[in-house]
Amino acid sequence: MPADQIPNTAETLLDVQDLCVSFRSERGIIRILENVSFTVRAREILSIVGESGSGKSMTSLAVMRLITDPNAIITGSITYKGRDLLKLSPREMRDLRGREIAMIFQDPMTAMTPVYTIGWQIEEQLRAHQDLSRHAARARAVELLGEMGVPAPAKAATRYPHQLSGGLRQRAMIAMALSCNPSLLIADEPTTALDVTVQAQILELLQRLRTDFGSSVMLITHDMGVVATVSDRVMVMYSGIIAERGPKPDVLGQPTHPYTLGLLHSIPPMHGEKPHRLPSIPGSPPSPMGRPPGCPFQPRCEFRMDACATRPPLFRNGMQEASCWLADKGLPDWAHERAIRTTGEAA
Amino acid sequence: MLLPILRRLSEMLFVMFGISVVVFLIFFATPGADPSARIAGRNATPEVLAQVRHSFGFDQPMPVQYLKVMEKLFVSRDLTSFVNRGERVIPAVVEATPVTLSLVFGAAVIWVVFAIIMGMIAAATRGGIPDRLLMFLGLVGISMPVFWVGSVANLITQSRFHNTWLFHWVPGLGYTPLTQHPFLWFKGLVIPWVTLAILYIGLYGRVLRANLVEAYQEDFIRTARAKGLSESRIMLRHALRTSLITFVSMFGLDFGALVGGGALLTEVVFNLPGVGRLTYLALQSLDLPFIMATVMYSSFFVVVANAVVDIAYAWLDPRVRDAR
Amino acid sequence: MSTAKPMLKADSVSKTFKVGSRFRAGGIQHLHALQDVSIEVYPGEIVGLVGESGCGKSTLGRCLLRLYDVNDGRITFKDRDITGLSQRELRPLRADMQMVFQDPYSSLNPRRRVGDLIAEPLRVHGKYSAGDIQTRLRELMDLVNLSPDFLTRFPHEFSGGQRQRIGIARAIALSPSLIVADEPVSALDVSVQAQIVNLFMDLQEKLGLTYVFIAHDLSVVRQIATRTAVMYLGGIVELGETDRVLHRPAHPYTAALISAVPEPDPHGNIKARTILRGEPPSPTNPPSGCRFHTRCPVAQDRCSAEIPRLRSLGDNRSVACHFPLDGSVAAHA
Repeated sequence: MPADQIPNTAETLLDVQDLCVSFRSERGIIRILENVSFTVRAREILSIVGESGSGKSMTSLAVMRLITDPNAIITGSITYKGRDLLKLSPREMRDLRGREIAMIFQDPMTAMTPVYTIGWQIEEQLRAHQDLSRHAARARAVELLGEMGVPAPAKAATRYPHQLSGGLRQRAMIAMALSCNPSLLIADEPTTALDVTVQAQILELLQRLRTDFGSSVMLITHDMGVVATVSDRVMVMYSGIIAERGPKPDVLGQPTHPYTLGLLHSIPPMHGEKPHRLPSIPGSPPSPMGRPPGCPFQPRCEFRMDACATRPPLFRNGMQEASCWLADKGLPDWAHERAIRTTGEAA
Repeated sequence: MLLPILRRLSEMLFVMFGISVVVFLIFFATPGADPSARIAGRNATPEVLAQVRHSFGFDQPMPVQYLKVMEKLFVSRDLTSFVNRGERVIPAVVEATPVTLSLVFGAAVIWVVFAIIMGMIAAATRGGIPDRLLMFLGLVGISMPVFWVGSVANLITQSRFHNTWLFHWVPGLGYTPLTQHPFLWFKGLVIPWVTLAILYIGLYGRVLRANLVEAYQEDFIRTARAKGLSESRIMLRHALRTSLITFVSMFGLDFGALVGGGALLTEVVFNLPGVGRLTYLALQSLDLPFIMATVMYSSFFVVVANAVVDIAYAWLDPRVRDAR
Repeated sequence: MSTAKPMLKADSVSKTFKVGSRFRAGGIQHLHALQDVSIEVYPGEIVGLVGESGCGKSTLGRCLLRLYDVNDGRITFKDRDITGLSQRELRPLRADMQMVFQDPYSSLNPRRRVGDLIAEPLRVHGKYSAGDIQTRLRELMDLVNLSPDFLTRFPHEFSGGQRQRIGIARAIALSPSLIVADEPVSALDVSVQAQIVNLFMDLQEKLGLTYVFIAHDLSVVRQIATRTAVMYLGGIVELGETDRVLHRPAHPYTAALISAVPEPDPHGNIKARTILRGEPPSPTNPPSGCRFHTRCPVAQDRCSAEIPRLRSLGDNRSVACHFPLDGSVAAHA
């Protein structure tokens, strides 16, 4: 894959190649992910952004091998530190989960078992992977809560999830995920359930992880604002495929896929002139059963052309790649316009 | 900590008071019937009727009547049966209680253990062969009436196969007190325990399976997997623990009802002289003092069981603890 | 604006919910959802209500329509005091004031066809004949940009955006003059959210509607609202023309809220933000004085002692703060 040829000094931590996830159903095989390939490098934050049905959450679950449905068919390879996760035995995979790759979820209220204290749940993870006494595990749990900015951590450890506020719960969840010093943290919509001022706190915490813990983060989100705030690289997904990916300033600054462009324009601006009407993308994202042939975005795309009847591969422009026939011939015009606009705003 | 318990106790007393009033009204204040005639039973002589009327104070206002009856039940405890003359009601119930407790406790242990095992295996293999097989067996268990199972069990263990190696140890019908001969107590109760438990194993196993399958959809199960925990730990510590709420509340009510005389059919079939059988006999002869005493007794256990369930809730789920 | 008469007016409205139980430890607690809130809504304007969860914005929306009774204060709609009206007395007024909800799916009966659902208010109102209803249904579908073929389908056949269009069609069926929209775009995908925001703006222009638009997303409010009220813990902390409030916030909370909004700026960086510490306190036990003082970066002694009143700053804007920010402080710069 071209992305791997980019000269970079950072080592590759996770290398996903041609990941396909589909489900057998009464109506035939439903494809959720189609040939998704990407890499996560050491100490970087990769954002995977998309709307409902884009397959972003499925990607994260596939990496963790948390798709338990017996009807799921998963192909491709997920190489983590040189080992293909899809080939590991359940036991080997279990050993990796939580220790090497950890995950946090959207709603920490439902993602934590309601009947155990925060401290108990962190201890449980520590003791699943490390040979620690209960006492030592509790001490470490309190320490972790403190590092995550939980006030009075020793007391917080004795509280049940429902007794904490949303922000503190998410901090506790992150403390638990980081308890065994994982190299990769997968954060699935970690701030979606939170208020905006609390979201800012959690995003700040996530960004600190790579320096304080040396962890890479794979951030799953639907919010372009969150992407812009914390990520190094961005991967935009649409309807089970990669629409566009590249370094954040490039993808957000000069998008080369019409979907990325449309998504960015759909967000009402906080600065500058208000548009009379928001430039919106017509229609809504297709369901996995109703994906159009060829480029899945073409029914909603204002630049649709004949070529779109066949699925475009990822075309590369500089550091950026987009699966759009327009990107075949260099940067589309609008990308330049957007670039001028955004640099103008930033100045 | 003390306050909630006191509040709970006073609630219990209040409920018991309400039940006693309702029971009293049904038996003594139903219009169109002379309560003394009903208490005295069928074919009572005029002398007996007069005696009853006087001793219950039916010539006095209703609240006084109520107090008199309650006094007879709980204070002087000299309410006597009108079928078996002179048999005192309260001592008879007290005597029958250990029999019922022995039966229900043993059956409860069996059904809780087997239902949990059954529910867990079915949930762990959901959709698979063991799951379907267990759920089918559970349905069979629920569908078989307890008196039929009991009769068949008696037929097999007492007559048809009694002289084979399999069932020759089964003693004759009846009850041996635990204090008298513990081993005989145990042997005599094994078959009744199993008979009574079958229905509940099926019922509880199916309910638990449904709750476990639901729990497996929860986000926290996904988190537990993401933590790298083993499947057995996820089942026992995370899924089972959070699925027990329905199980426990059902158990409390069923247990209370059974101790309160609900195991009537089992007791009759196996000729165990418990409270259920007492109620059964009293009903047959319309022995009102007995019926009243057993109803009050049974309401007591249901109320107690309810209180225990509430406490168990709080132990199971800290959210309940905080809400109270 | 100040010369026109307000269409809807809330005067020192307070709303308290009882939580907990007399039979439980802690007893009954009072959740102060709204405390002394006053706001005026003028004909043809769009008033945005923003704030974080628990700030009372939804409660205020419901109180304005008298879906909730208020504990204190007065609500006037078109010069009529509706504070004490019974639900029965309110019924004729309902045609004139409608609500649109966040999740239209839960408010649409799944067993009924879309046509029946939208026609329901028309039938209940009783001034339409069967033929009129059909004409009106087509008109409404056209207004919300849905194909008339959809009238015979069921709600579950639609995407979130289409369901919201159905919800809107139902709300405007009786030609109301006021619509309270409670987080109508929060549950939608970004690309669809823009369509619905545009639809709200189109309808406002075409039908001359007045909106109270409740949202937690500042950028949506900036796009749609002419005036904005920022709420915190049951009270309005700042109220004024949207552009003024969002670009030159006078209340420290407004400033912090704006600063926390993540923008899709390619050069975005979290370090440039002022990040508010902590989380909003519980409305069952709000702090003394200014409710924001526990998190306020510029709080002083006076703030914990004295409740700041909403007072005018002169530029069509009011603020409830003892030490309002200098107007020259731009939110983000």
